[in-house]
Amino acid sequence: MDLAVVILVEVLYAIASLVLISAGLAVVFGMMKVINLAHGEFMVLGGYATITAVGLGVNIFVAMLIIAPLVVGLFGLIVERLVFRHLYGRMIDTMLASWGLSLMMIGAFKMIFGNTTTGVSGPIPGFAVGNYQINGYNFFIIVVSVVLLLAILAVLRGTRAGLVARGAMQRADMASALGHSPDRIYMTTFAIGAALSGLAGAVLAPLVGLVPTAGAAFIAKAFITVIAGGPSLVAGLASAAASFGLVNQFFSFLVSPVVGDVALLVAAVVLLRLMPRGITSRFLRGKL
Amino acid sequence: MTLNRRSFLASTAAATGALMMPAIARAQDAIRVGTVLDVSGIFDAYGTPMDMAQRLAVQEINDAGGLLDRPVELVSYDTQSDMALYTQYAQRLVRQDNVDVVHGGILSASREAIRQTLRRANTLYFYNVQYEGGVCDRNAFFNGVTPAQQAEVLVPWAMSRSGPRVYILAADYNYGQITARWLQKYIADNDGETVGVDFFPLDVADFGSTIARIQTESPDLVIAPLVGGAHLSFFRQWAAAGMNDRIPLASTTMGVGNEHKVLTPEEGNGMMVAYNYSQELDTPLNNAFKERWVAAYGDTDAIHEIAVSHYMGLHLWAEGVRAAGSVDRDAVIEAMEGGLSVEGPSGVMTIDPQTHHATLDVHLMEVRDQKMEVAESLSQRPPVDTQAVCNLTENPDDNTQYEIEF
Amino acid sequence: MRHGTGRETAVIVIAGVVLALVMPLLIDTHVLTLIIAHGLLALSLGLIWGFGGVLCFGQAAFFGLGAYTFAIAGINLGESTVPVILAVLVPAAFALALGAMMFYGRLGDVYLAVITLVVTLILYRWINSTAGPDYVIGSARLGGYNGIPGFPILNVPGRPDLMIWGETLYHVAAATLLIVFVLVTWLLRSSFGRIAVGIRENEERVSLLGFDIRARKTILFAIGAAIAGLAGALYATWAEVVTPSLFSLQQSAEIIIWCIVGGLGTRFGPILGASVLAYLKFSLGQQNLVDNMFVLGLVLVLFVLFLPRGLAPELARGWQRIAGVQRKPARRRRAPKAEAHDG
Repeated sequence: MDLAVVILVEVLYAIASLVLISAGLAVVFGMMKVINLAHGEFMVLGGYATITAVGLGVNIFVAMLIIAPLVVGLFGLIVERLVFRHLYGRMIDTMLASWGLSLMMIGAFKMIFGNTTTGVSGPIPGFAVGNYQINGYNFFIIVVSVVLLLAILAVLRGTRAGLVARGAMQRADMASALGHSPDRIYMTTFAIGAALSGLAGAVLAPLVGLVPTAGAAFIAKAFITVIAGGPSLVAGLASAAASFGLVNQFFSFLVSPVVGDVALLVAAVVLLRLMPRGITSRFLRGKL
Repeated sequence: MTLNRRSFLASTAAATGALMMPAIARAQDAIRVGTVLDVSGIFDAYGTPMDMAQRLAVQEINDAGGLLDRPVELVSYDTQSDMALYTQYAQRLVRQDNVDVVHGGILSASREAIRQTLRRANTLYFYNVQYEGGVCDRNAFFNGVTPAQQAEVLVPWAMSRSGPRVYILAADYNYGQITARWLQKYIADNDGETVGVDFFPLDVADFGSTIARIQTESPDLVIAPLVGGAHLSFFRQWAAAGMNDRIPLASTTMGVGNEHKVLTPEEGNGMMVAYNYSQELDTPLNNAFKERWVAAYGDTDAIHEIAVSHYMGLHLWAEGVRAAGSVDRDAVIEAMEGGLSVEGPSGVMTIDPQTHHATLDVHLMEVRDQKMEVAESLSQRPPVDTQAVCNLTENPDDNTQYEIEF
Repeated sequence: MRHGTGRETAVIVIAGVVLALVMPLLIDTHVLTLIIAHGLLALSLGLIWGFGGVLCFGQAAFFGLGAYTFAIAGINLGESTVPVILAVLVPAAFALALGAMMFYGRLGDVYLAVITLVVTLILYRWINSTAGPDYVIGSARLGGYNGIPGFPILNVPGRPDLMIWGETLYHVAAATLLIVFVLVTWLLRSSFGRIAVGIRENEERVSLLGFDIRARKTILFAIGAAIAGLAGALYATWAEVVTPSLFSLQQSAEIIIWCIVGGLGTRFGPILGASVLAYLKFSLGQQNLVDNMFVLGLVLVLFVLFLPRGLAPELARGWQRIAGVQRKPARRRRAPKAEAHDG
């Protein structure tokens, strides 16, 4: 029984971390149909922002939840203005430019922070479930990702900006004809996506530590989750993360974390072969 | 087949050597020591202090008048924690830089990547890091602790302080794989039981499911030969789950890269390890060594076990050159096989002629407030694991890494 | 149809031989051999992406498969002739199966990219976790993270005692690249090549003309994989070790960058891109002032922004301006689509 609770928490944690890792990418992809391959490095930047801020004496929660998203969001805004706005409509070129950006960021991290592992210790103590100990930080990650999903849903459903965004997602030309500047929509989306990436990187940093090349591990999983999710933003994200998180943890427990990772990837191939347009193209259609 | 190839390579090497006489004549003034170390990347915590140590050693040799009245020059490459770069740089060291000896390699993977290249090029090789044992190669010397020197004493000691049920978590490459088998042997020898063995690739950093899995077996002790920056997360997550108060940890690698100084005292306290060196060793030679290190680098923070063994390896080789009166490969090997020995910060180290490994001191230690406190010292342990399978006096052409069968 | 192909082949061979003889005066042959292996790899992606319109994020998978096949077969057979042939066939067969799954499933561009990327990651993860003693093929240990060192390097066919390395390996490598280049040229001049370019330009139209697009794409994909596998074997014999990093995302990324920088839709462009960037990376590796990833990334961003067609077309345009514009328009009239992108 205790074991069941522990496994449940681990599965929820795996799903939550996939949601976190993918949210920023999903927002950008959903709105602009652009895959930002520098997404992993945006996350790492969030992590470094947190570690630097904590080093300067800032409270770790303030650093993770406020400073990191702000720093990365601002950074996203700058690169959008400098690079990506020249490339809209050229999908492959946008991907390649973002790949170039990711290499530049890795190089910059190496030069600034050193090619070494850094980290901070988790701020939440572990606790016992019956005979088992659980890492308390897992709960924090679960809570953050649930709040994040609800917030995205609320913004899309309940605000005027969300309405415009939904419109632009479906028919960018019509939104433009109605007087909403696509340029501004894209700029805002990109900055918000970057901020979400920064938040994810910051929240995960205390758990796994940071190296300049850590982004590569995130981008592949995020990429797969977003593509497998399909056209709906929130429903796609949640359903893809749930499927992959479940598969991953099932095999992690049964065999080993490596087999868990491989199982996730195999599941992605099978899923895309069966549903080439993603989960929400077949199920949950028309949801957000 | 290999023999044909080697003789072919040797003859071509001799031919190119003759053509390049002027270059070699020019290099006569300095003895060139080639090194390959990961000074950046995820293994930089191991490599950077080793790089500092080798510079200190070379400086000491030169301050004492060099070797054979010639200065010693260091030719070092940063392999950036990338195994593919090892063979590239090793080839460059022997083909372009014409070095007289190569020291270096940190992970066992890197050693196996370059050992054959250096053997084929007839360039003497020193691997100065603790490892899984069993390599039998007349062209190479090894001065790090091997399982029979380390795990054989660590396992019963750790089990006596915890209990007989042991769970092993190891890095997934040759070091971890072979060490895990040695650990299982010693656990069985001491009437213990191995309740689980898990292997992790070096980039795995999320150990949540593993920590839960370990608890389902409820072992008395966890032994963790984990390697590199990513695996450091295990110790953090272990402590974050509150496990460090419930199940004791031992490791054959923790602290080698000064991990116990990166972790907080709460995370590290109580871990059991066994090495050839600890900064806390209070011997005149170690204190003098630390003073020289402080003079060169400001403080002693960086000094760790394999930095010191790398330092000792360079001095062992220098002693071999002095005894041989030449940097010639065969002359140095013969001199080393005469049971050569040096004394340094980690005590006396003597070359075992039969295996080219070293007989050395081993200390059982416990991590306490970011220090390694020596609990028990065992002096002059021979490399019996390798001795059981390798005899270079009888079989000088041997070129295998023997693995323990289980 | 075949008119002029003979003369073009002669020009390529002469230019290639001159280049192969001149380059060693400028750069060490050891480095040049690596550049050639990379050039061959770039050519393989240049073929399927530039002429077939298939953007594969996992070209490194075929490169790694070729290198591992060469190493494993070499250890088991003790010589290198059959291993080289296997290093071409195994990746090609793998690509045939993967290509059939993707193209017959009618996956879109992005999805194609995801699948190739994921398959590469699976291979990387799997090969990285084969350090245990149970992972053996014949007498070859897969070695996991360690990779496989100490396999027999290239030898003269039928004479396992005569090794090809150093200077000789460079000449063999240069000849290999030249032969593959000529074969690719012939392929693109054949009806198969012309239809492949047609598919890239307008898939629907070619399909309505009655051609089986899925089969043709699959075959082109397999040919690209075969060339990548050959490049892998060449790399393996040069490096004398194969490691899982051959399958890495980083490796795949570099191949794509070479093609972009050199010029997509040209045969020479990707090779040029690979040479320039491989040499740049090598020289940057010698200094510690600027990280070389930073420079590579900057180069890629600048090319996408300001020179999206790559170096080769620009150089070709410059050359035409100098040499006069006599031949090009005449050829262009003959086959506009196929020639328009050909530098």
